[in-house]
Amino acid sequence: MDEMQEIIKAYVIKEYVEDDTELTYDSPLISGGIVDSFSMVSLKRFLENKYNISIPDDKATPEAFDSVNKICALVREYVK
Amino acid sequence: MSNIGSYDERIKNFDWSIAEKELDYEPGNIINIGWYCSDRICEKGYGNKPALIWEGSTGIEKRYSYNDLRLNSNAVGHFLRGLGIQPEDRVCLFMDKIPELYIGFLGILKMGGIAQPLFSAFGDESLFVRLDNAQTTAIITQKKHAPKVRKIMDKMPYLKHLIIVDADPAKPLLDREVAFDLEKAEKVEKFVIHPTYAESPSVLHYTSGTTGQPKGVKHVHYSLISQYLTSKWVLDLLDSDIYWCTADPGWVTGTSYGIIGAFSNGVTQCVLDAGFSADNWYRFIEKHKISMWYSAPTAIRSLMKAGDEVIKKYDLSTLRHLASVGEPLNSEAVIWSEKVFGKPFLDTYWQTETGSIMITNFPGMKIKPGSMGKPFPGITATVIDAETFTPFGETGKIGLIAIKPGWPSMMRTYWRNEETYKKKFQNGWYLPGDRSSIDNEGYFWFVGRDDDVINTGGHLVSPFEVESALLEHPAVAESAVVAKPDFVNMEVVKAFVTLKPGFVGSKDLDLDIMNFVRKKLSPLAMPQEIEFIDTLPKTRSGKIMRRILHAKEWGEEIGDTSTLEND
Repeated sequence: MDEMQEIIKAYVIKEYVEDDTELTYDSPLISGGIVDSFSMVSLKRFLENKYNISIPDDKATPEAFDSVNKICALVREYVK
Repeated sequence: MSNIGSYDERIKNFDWSIAEKELDYEPGNIINIGWYCSDRICEKGYGNKPALIWEGSTGIEKRYSYNDLRLNSNAVGHFLRGLGIQPEDRVCLFMDKIPELYIGFLGILKMGGIAQPLFSAFGDESLFVRLDNAQTTAIITQKKHAPKVRKIMDKMPYLKHLIIVDADPAKPLLDREVAFDLEKAEKVEKFVIHPTYAESPSVLHYTSGTTGQPKGVKHVHYSLISQYLTSKWVLDLLDSDIYWCTADPGWVTGTSYGIIGAFSNGVTQCVLDAGFSADNWYRFIEKHKISMWYSAPTAIRSLMKAGDEVIKKYDLSTLRHLASVGEPLNSEAVIWSEKVFGKPFLDTYWQTETGSIMITNFPGMKIKPGSMGKPFPGITATVIDAETFTPFGETGKIGLIAIKPGWPSMMRTYWRNEETYKKKFQNGWYLPGDRSSIDNEGYFWFVGRDDDVINTGGHLVSPFEVESALLEHPAVAESAVVAKPDFVNMEVVKAFVTLKPGFVGSKDLDLDIMNFVRKKLSPLAMPQEIEFIDTLPKTRSGKIMRRILHAKEWGEEIGDTSTLEND
């Protein structure tokens, strides 16, 4: 567990989980229907704001956003 | 040979009685969509045939035969009747694409209720305006969506029941809440189906317009005639087909072709209740041997974006027919699908109000990539002059799409809004609100909407609704919402915003406003881009000129600015 995982997981729960669904770092977010393709835009915006990065649109795929761990891996590619 | 055979022969000899005869329906008799989609198929000897194969996001699979569909929808109807719900009461389905949604829809119709499906991603404000307009009696939902309903329960004294299909037995239910577990519910062998007739109301779908609140489109049981026949002739459904309609029954495609058209034709249909992923979709097609696939341009363009390599991992050879709906299908997508699947996606054109396909490409017809195709037999469609409302005498001219009223699935009115309904007709034509041209071979070519409504991913979003929601954000002084071009979704929502004194535009405020609208309305309505500006362009009388902002986004000529306030 690291800080980035916790921050992103907490944000996803706060913004996209409507009930008391348990979320792990590997829970499928996009394929699991927790975050839809339209909402992915706001999640991407959050990551860019929080980590002061710019994620190219072609890297912001449903697969790359499909779990907290995958998102962390993506973000780390762009954090200096 | 396709079901339609020769298009030219069909249009010469067409009469809707073709469908009536195939369905053994005689005018004046009882017609109930719920019965036609379950009991009738069983009576024809297909009770054991798989009707619904459902797969959830975790990979769990559930299968229902036509007899299961019959018994379970009877159980739903019996339960609703037991609650005291009356024929023509509105019963909202507010769920993900779970089996209870499909079966519940049929159960509501069987007991004579009006099914009111609403997209499960709607926020509480979107939900409330639609429930309030319909004066909904009951909502069937999942525990994950119940909190959104609970937020607005106090404002809905007419709502008698909140029915939760997966209630947690350890948690007490609140006032007006009731649990209904379909799997545990006693199956009902004999259920007295309410005697609905051709003009009995069946479904109430909500759609957005440029101004005012969403409109409740009222359909009737006779719509079955159109939905059955268009499924058979356009989607070319065969007994042997494994059919996949990717649409959510919160919207009209999901009910007209994801429930009614499929089940009344007695085919086996698969449902994937999971978010989009190219890998997962291709795996689903391979696993279930999908043969007929009805999807949407947004999904097709997302698949294009995912690349061709992923396709090679799967055996998709069972696919024999592909069709698309929701927004115009660009020619690149048609050509791409022919290249990678060996067959083109055929574009179909229709809308919530028409209830079934109006203009379309047919199996066996010469396909012109990017064209909408030709009118379905029995549909008189043309393009008319926007000033005189009369058909053009020559081809190639751009005007309003116009359809002669009278087909079976035509909406009967806008719920409690007859005035707006009447405005949809001019000079004896129904006007869907879209512009196109017709070429010299009779093919229609889509040009665009005739109003400010935003078509994003095949769903209509009202700029008025988004602007109203934006104004409720504490930082927003004024707003104007327009469509912005987008490769995948065709259009997305863009908001121009002026801020109240004391607020400064920032990345964090931008995100906060996006999330505010997403939760209040829906992810579809969330602006994908917000531009903070000092003043909005207005007329001298103070009306915001969306047209100028729209033109800026699309790189078009701004046009006449003589009425601009600060010009």
